[in-house]
Amino acid sequence: MATSTTTLSRTGAGRLPWWQSRRFQMWIHHGVVYLLLAVLSLLFIFPFFWMVTSALKPEHQIFIWPPQWLPDPIRWENFREALGNPLLPFDRFFINTMILEVGMISGRLLSCVLVAYGFARLQAPGKDFLFTVLLASLMLPSAVILIPRFILFSELGWINTYLPLIVPAWFGEAYAIFLMRQFFMTIPRELEEAALIDGANTLQIIGRIIVPLSLPVLAVITILSFKDIWNMFMDPLLYLNESTKYTIAVGLAYFNGQFNVQMNLLMAASVVTVLPVILVFFVAQRAFVEGIAMTGLKG
Amino acid sequence: MVTAATAAPERPRRRSRRARREALIFYLCVAPWVIGFVAFTLGPMVASLYLSFTRWDMLSAPEWVGLRNYIKIFTDDPNFYQSLKVTTIFTLFSIPLRMITALFLAILLNEATWGVDFFRTVFYLPAVVASVAAAVLWTWILNPRFGPVNGALGLLGIQGPRWFSDPNYALWGLIIMSVWNVGGEMLIFLAGLKGIPRSLYEAAEIDGAGRLARFFRITLPMLSATTFFNFVMSVIGAFQSFDAAFVISTARAGTLGGPAKSTLLYMLNVYNEAFNIANMGYATALAWILFAIIFVLTLAIVRSSSLWVYYESERR
Repeated sequence: MATSTTTLSRTGAGRLPWWQSRRFQMWIHHGVVYLLLAVLSLLFIFPFFWMVTSALKPEHQIFIWPPQWLPDPIRWENFREALGNPLLPFDRFFINTMILEVGMISGRLLSCVLVAYGFARLQAPGKDFLFTVLLASLMLPSAVILIPRFILFSELGWINTYLPLIVPAWFGEAYAIFLMRQFFMTIPRELEEAALIDGANTLQIIGRIIVPLSLPVLAVITILSFKDIWNMFMDPLLYLNESTKYTIAVGLAYFNGQFNVQMNLLMAASVVTVLPVILVFFVAQRAFVEGIAMTGLKG
Repeated sequence: MVTAATAAPERPRRRSRRARREALIFYLCVAPWVIGFVAFTLGPMVASLYLSFTRWDMLSAPEWVGLRNYIKIFTDDPNFYQSLKVTTIFTLFSIPLRMITALFLAILLNEATWGVDFFRTVFYLPAVVASVAAAVLWTWILNPRFGPVNGALGLLGIQGPRWFSDPNYALWGLIIMSVWNVGGEMLIFLAGLKGIPRSLYEAAEIDGAGRLARFFRITLPMLSATTFFNFVMSVIGAFQSFDAAFVISTARAGTLGGPAKSTLLYMLNVYNEAFNIANMGYATALAWILFAIIFVLTLAIVRSSSLWVYYESERR
């Protein structure tokens, strides 16, 4: 009996004991992977959880020990009190930030499409040199040009306006130009040649052929720009000095710097600062990932 | 024969007319960027180089002082050395921690079979959040008395530090914050992992290579180009970090780079000289030294890369 079982297990399906079987090992492996993912994602999420619950707590529940994990009762008024501060009008900051978003993104898209098309499709003396300069400018630390730029804009009388932020965006942005060029190069030339024979000019080709085919990369650039503009801090800090002109991020920094600020109100303001950009990312996630994948795969 | 002979000289001329037209359209297309580059980058760079040899408070005309700014920086400016020290410590600790975390997360995501979208979003989320909001949030997370981090330490019987109010720990608060924000690097590592052919692992497994051997013999070498990219970008980013330290130090200690200049990152020092003291010439000289440091570091990394970066194209 005993010998027959050993021969069976040696010759049959289970050559190895079950705990060494491939299936069990894979199962253990996945268990460990998901355990680690769960623990780490809790760690990454926790600050957000703490921000939101703090934003909903009455003040006395914020400063107690051991900490109160969930607000009781939920105090929605925190948001009204945090955003209704007459010295820090967050509704105004929100509008200001959106003005910059629209003004900068539209300019960046328009100019970058044009420049990227030139670099992707057209030949001219000096093209390689210009492209090298464009790539090199990506590496330049902004610190070096920070002060002279500030001086330039103050000489132009642009301080305390949105011009120092919006105008440069209309002259293209190296990173976006590079990304678009990579994408444009993957579009088959035959499409344009057909349009050329029909007598289309460059602008028509860009508008009717290139742009419609490049929506994924344009979406990626729009989403990334939205995030960067929303989060931009040093430039608006330098150029805007009237509180009615602040952006959301600068407004929050000033709120934070206020003496004896209430922590629950500060967290409510933080939620308002963070939430829209997270929402945009959630909604745009699919387009974003697809766009990145497409540029990455083909480019 | 005759038609070919008459057509031949005409062809290049027609082509060159077309080429000239194409070149003109090219210059028109790239004009916005060229104008913008000259006006907002090249021009300011030239101006900045000139200003770094002047003393200028923005009220009277710039006064040429030769190398005096640079001499003062190296011989008589404790803030310069302090900011260099703070930035170096920040870079030395934050970059390895960030790279290891990003790679570890990417490997986990690469091994996972379901829920990848969800976990990827969770780990990327901090990268979406404004640095100002992140800084405000972390001062609350690291609040010495009521923050959850010290609370958790307290449960273990450890007296948590005073974080952003303590010169010995404030910079560590910034480093912890920076590790939370590794989503971008993680995505790049993940893309790199996806590019490693499965056949390599299968072959190694047949040869009896264990998990660790596969990681060190396949994953790391195949990821070296990705690591290189992440490394260069992180160094450039770390040397220019500003936002979080600005927000935390002005709010907590009331002075830039506080407490006791323990978070005086290099860019904070530049900002302070330029916009608080209105010492524009001196601040541009500081900025040029930062540029030189970043340039030399990047060059050193690029040069060293032939020793440790493996490019597929070189194999052939």
